[in-house]
Amino acid sequence: MAAELSIPGPGSAPASKRPPGDAPIFEVRGLVKHFPIGGSLRLRRSTGVIQAVDGVDFALHKGETLGLVGESGCGKSTVARTVMRLEEPSAGEALFHGKDIFRADAAELKLVRRRIQMIFQDPYASLNPRMRVGQIIAEPWVIHADMLPRSQWATRIGELLESVGLLPDHAQRYPHEFSGGQRQRIGIARALALNPEILVCDEPVSALDVSVQAQVVNLLEKIQSKFHIACLFIAHDLSVVRHMSHRIAVMYLGRIVEIGKVEHVYKTPRHPYTKALLSAQPRIDFTSKAVADRIRLQGEVPSPANPPSGCRFRTRCWKAQALCAEQSPPLRAAGPERQVACHFPVEAGDAVAQLAGSPR
Amino acid sequence: MPDAGAPLLEVNDLRVEFRSGREIVRAVNGATFSVRRGETAAVLGESGSGKSVTAAAIMRLLASPPAHITGGSIRFNGIDVLGTPMSEWRQRCGRELGMVFQDALASLNPVFSVGWQVAEPFRAHGILDTRAALERAEALLGRVGIPEPHARARDYPHQFSGGMRQRVMIAMAIALDPSLLIADEPTTALDVTVQAQIMDLLLDLQRERHMAMVLITHDLGVVAEVADHVAVMYGGRVVESGRVRDVLSRPAHPYTLALLESVPRADLDQQQLNPIVGSPPDMATLPVGCSFHPRCRRASEQCRASSPPGVEVAPGHHAECFHAQAVFDGR
Repeated sequence: MAAELSIPGPGSAPASKRPPGDAPIFEVRGLVKHFPIGGSLRLRRSTGVIQAVDGVDFALHKGETLGLVGESGCGKSTVARTVMRLEEPSAGEALFHGKDIFRADAAELKLVRRRIQMIFQDPYASLNPRMRVGQIIAEPWVIHADMLPRSQWATRIGELLESVGLLPDHAQRYPHEFSGGQRQRIGIARALALNPEILVCDEPVSALDVSVQAQVVNLLEKIQSKFHIACLFIAHDLSVVRHMSHRIAVMYLGRIVEIGKVEHVYKTPRHPYTKALLSAQPRIDFTSKAVADRIRLQGEVPSPANPPSGCRFRTRCWKAQALCAEQSPPLRAAGPERQVACHFPVEAGDAVAQLAGSPR
Repeated sequence: MPDAGAPLLEVNDLRVEFRSGREIVRAVNGATFSVRRGETAAVLGESGSGKSVTAAAIMRLLASPPAHITGGSIRFNGIDVLGTPMSEWRQRCGRELGMVFQDALASLNPVFSVGWQVAEPFRAHGILDTRAALERAEALLGRVGIPEPHARARDYPHQFSGGMRQRVMIAMAIALDPSLLIADEPTTALDVTVQAQIMDLLLDLQRERHMAMVLITHDLGVVAEVADHVAVMYGGRVVESGRVRDVLSRPAHPYTLALLESVPRADLDQQQLNPIVGSPPDMATLPVGCSFHPRCRRASEQCRASSPPGVEVAPGHHAECFHAQAVFDGR
């Protein structure tokens, strides 16, 4: 692992929606994370497992944003936490520049974590209320002592605060003196302190007010293109993900059901779940077409402790047939840079009205 | 769809303060809107805009102290809500109003079965005895889409999923066939596919019972899809109101316009979002003049000095802004 890290400066700033580079810098293969149920009691054997993530593969290229969407319980946050090794994976590998971080020892992991940083959802819980903003941002340099000589800390803190739209003077203040949006900026500055190559953003704007969300979304985009950082962007808000991402992966019950370029997936979703999810999103659109395309899924997401056999979406799917219960559909190529895990993917000509099932 | 006639609910220049020690928080500083029978009015605002306090004031749920209603009026079905003694109000209006809250888990009692809780309005109003009330509760649970209502009525709130709990709360709210349902962020805590189911259920019930609805929300998309009228709140005031289509497709208040420009739209491919600078105001220290002026691109001298007048830019479309006509005209 190369330890020399250039401090990215301005100048390496191509357009924001530039196509990602070729070779992936980060690749996750066969990621599985099962949580035991009731396993904490020693006398009783574990009664089962929550299959939070059950075989997830994706790659991330330099400077690319991959959006990871899905409803609560689909495993998207568990993916984020396991690739950071905040949770230990049950199986799989995560190759960062070819090296498997799931098998890295403590010293190697420390080096990896310099290059992969995380931005959390809750800007209130993720900043220590007793530390000044300057200390919060400098803390990564305390842990990674060889990164930056202490004499340069103050200057760098000022630069980082300015790069996220705050003032160098703010370093002297405490988190409670800031609004939610400003706190999220502080969290971003802290994540940038180590010049990461990858940012893992777990619902970075969902706790913010609507009028403030756009500020943080724009800031993330600006920073990403300025420093050429790759981003794993996890969110449940489909419009935000569409805006931020080059590619998108849709998760359902611990698996990726569809992955592809944002414009393709949003325009012509191939997996029935993707289609239903996109159509359920309330939209500001007064054309009648918006309402006509509506698909209402019945029921709710099954428990990840006892997922359906075969395709996990089949219990709510209007296209499900016998095969879907028997065989789990693998993620297969379905068009340019597109993969879908479905035995009967949605075709362009499918009549929506008749396949929607009765709405209730 | 809705018929004309006198509004069922009329909120006029409502003002609510919270007093604690020496601090006064003016949560609502002049909210005006109305709802007709069978119609849906959305109250749209961000956190702290006063939308939930307005809802609580209509339901008379504000505890005093700390809350004080310092001005304005609420008329429901011709009755002066704020001027009626509480006991009389309960008798005359309790049945006519139902409310659904955002957090169903916090709003349901964890130690009673859901059937018992849904049956409570019938018992409380002395309409039915315990057994008959329970039967009605089961029928209601079936109506709101709970499978096997007879068996599920014996379960407790924690045994239901978020979406199912929200259905239970809706069953409770509609039990006495209210003419007005107030829904405070009813789907905010839910996933998008479940949110769509709950919104459909509310709209169905509304049509079936010719019920009016006040929908409190921060979600522009929800407003666009389900409401007839919208009242946009900022800094405790209704700053713009009118028919949803009019307001959202041709806003006259800079805040509404900026809000629309700042959200990523699924139907447009925007290169960059256009955020609103700054953050929502601190309600304890509201700016002088128009409370939106520190964040407004159009703010002029008069906006900083005095409160803007209400302007009717088109029939039934009001905005409180010195520049309303210019914003409306796209100038």
